[in-house]
Amino acid sequence: MSSGTIIFLILVVGVTVMGFLASGWGKANLQQFDEWALGGRRFGTLVSWFLLGGDLYTAYTFIAVPALIYGAGALGFFAVPYATIAYPVVFIVLARFWTVAKKRGYITSADFVRDRYGDRALEVAIAVTGVIAALPYIALQLIGMKTVFSQIGGAFGAGGGFVALGVAFVVLAAYTYTSGLRAPAMIAFVKDALIYITVIAAIAVIPAALGGWGHVFASVQAALAARPAVAGAAPAGILLSPGMYFAYATMAFGSCLSLFIYPHSITSLLAAKSRFVIQRNAALLPSYSLLLGFLALLGFCAIAAGIATKDPNAIVPLLFAKYFPDWFAGVANAAIVIGALVPAAIMAIGAANLLASNVFKEFSAQRPPGETRIAKMLTLVVCACALVFVVELPVQYAITLQLLGGAWMLQIFPAFALGLYTRWFHPTALLLGWCAGMLTGSGMAYATFLASGKFAPVFPMQLGSLKLVGFIALYALIANLAVAALATFAFNAANASKGIDGTTAQDYAV
Amino acid sequence: MKRRAWYWLLIAPFVATLWPPFYNHADPALYGLPFFYWYQLLWVVLTSLLLWFVLLMTRERTDV
Repeated sequence: MSSGTIIFLILVVGVTVMGFLASGWGKANLQQFDEWALGGRRFGTLVSWFLLGGDLYTAYTFIAVPALIYGAGALGFFAVPYATIAYPVVFIVLARFWTVAKKRGYITSADFVRDRYGDRALEVAIAVTGVIAALPYIALQLIGMKTVFSQIGGAFGAGGGFVALGVAFVVLAAYTYTSGLRAPAMIAFVKDALIYITVIAAIAVIPAALGGWGHVFASVQAALAARPAVAGAAPAGILLSPGMYFAYATMAFGSCLSLFIYPHSITSLLAAKSRFVIQRNAALLPSYSLLLGFLALLGFCAIAAGIATKDPNAIVPLLFAKYFPDWFAGVANAAIVIGALVPAAIMAIGAANLLASNVFKEFSAQRPPGETRIAKMLTLVVCACALVFVVELPVQYAITLQLLGGAWMLQIFPAFALGLYTRWFHPTALLLGWCAGMLTGSGMAYATFLASGKFAPVFPMQLGSLKLVGFIALYALIANLAVAALATFAFNAANASKGIDGTTAQDYAV
Repeated sequence: MKRRAWYWLLIAPFVATLWPPFYNHADPALYGLPFFYWYQLLWVVLTSLLLWFVLLMTRERTDV
């Protein structure tokens, strides 16, 4: 066994042990739902910073974004403005949600929607959306791990990495079941330390070895210009072509709106002990976005370094193998795998919370131990379902899984995010809008599949002579809002009852 | 709640990053990075500073 593989094994086994030990952190009764699912809502600025960083910066950051840059050039950099403008949203909208969730004892976004609108059907729709949108996101994490496993080779590469993936998956499910949110919170410390070390090393070493950034971009420009043109696709370059402007901006904006309504984001945010902790973290977390930006640029380094691979997801592990000694490549591989395990655990917990609290069981203020047990079992089911997405879904880039999941996720925006500010929408109108959004989003995604044999995140909208290639999630959100608004006018005209609002203005006040 | 007016400052990063024609050019480069890239990375830092500033201006005495 090589030194890199040994280091890799030590680190991964080490954090697994931590995951199980985390159940003893803070002497909590893990039979209680709050304690298992939200770590007892006691995390301060530092723990929250690690947990949120570990939660939001995932295989998306280490694998999927560099792969998109490698394949599509400047377009892949949309993740940087996305990871920038997401934080003002957290600062304002999610801080407000934290306040009302704390006062009213919510665990999930659907808890709030039920309380606000008094509508059981809407609650279930919100919860189901969170679960199905989490699946492709978890699948993205599994793809990241699988890529590293097949890269390491040997026993890890058996069956294209699927055997090792199966083992990782069982371990993940086991410690999540035992320790709840405390497991990823504790592991996140190790994960983030490893990530910072490897990314800083990569940025110090790789561009210099390639003759500096100026040289990297010059050779990338030449290499991209020499690539054979793909019919129907805009050519990749180090700058955007004007036809890509709309796709770039809508992918950044749409992703920004959907990021913090994902169940895993909500779970980590609600674990904070105060609203102030969330706002302080909104100002501190962009430090991870800088890492994301530099990791994205590694996609260009891979082109300049002449790395040729059929699997663009593999370029970051390949770069480390090429420019670093074997033992350090082991550290980097461990960073990627742990960096995928932590968010996968939180996503599974978040999705299971939604199923247990909002789908299978009517609300009960007491939250008896039975609910915790159901949620624990459901984390296992959620992880298993995510595996299905990995095995065979025809996408060109892994990032498409997250973007299309986002197209579903964004459809709860009117009921959840706008609902934090206004009760103007009629609950049934929101449900109709949600249906319209889900159908539009799924239909557009399917249309891209019919057109090219692969799912794509952007749809060419023809408006007269103007063709706007934009992010499907935003088109679907527009349909959603239009239907919800029109239906609300109709219900108001018919003097229909608006249902009961369980919250008062006082609940939102700081 | 006049202090909430500071929140309007947070529109700046949206305007600055969501209009690509604004920054979609190579020059001036910084350490070999085309303008497109370092401009957007710069906005990561600026947004972080802006959030700190707004936090200081809107912070309540009771916040911990």
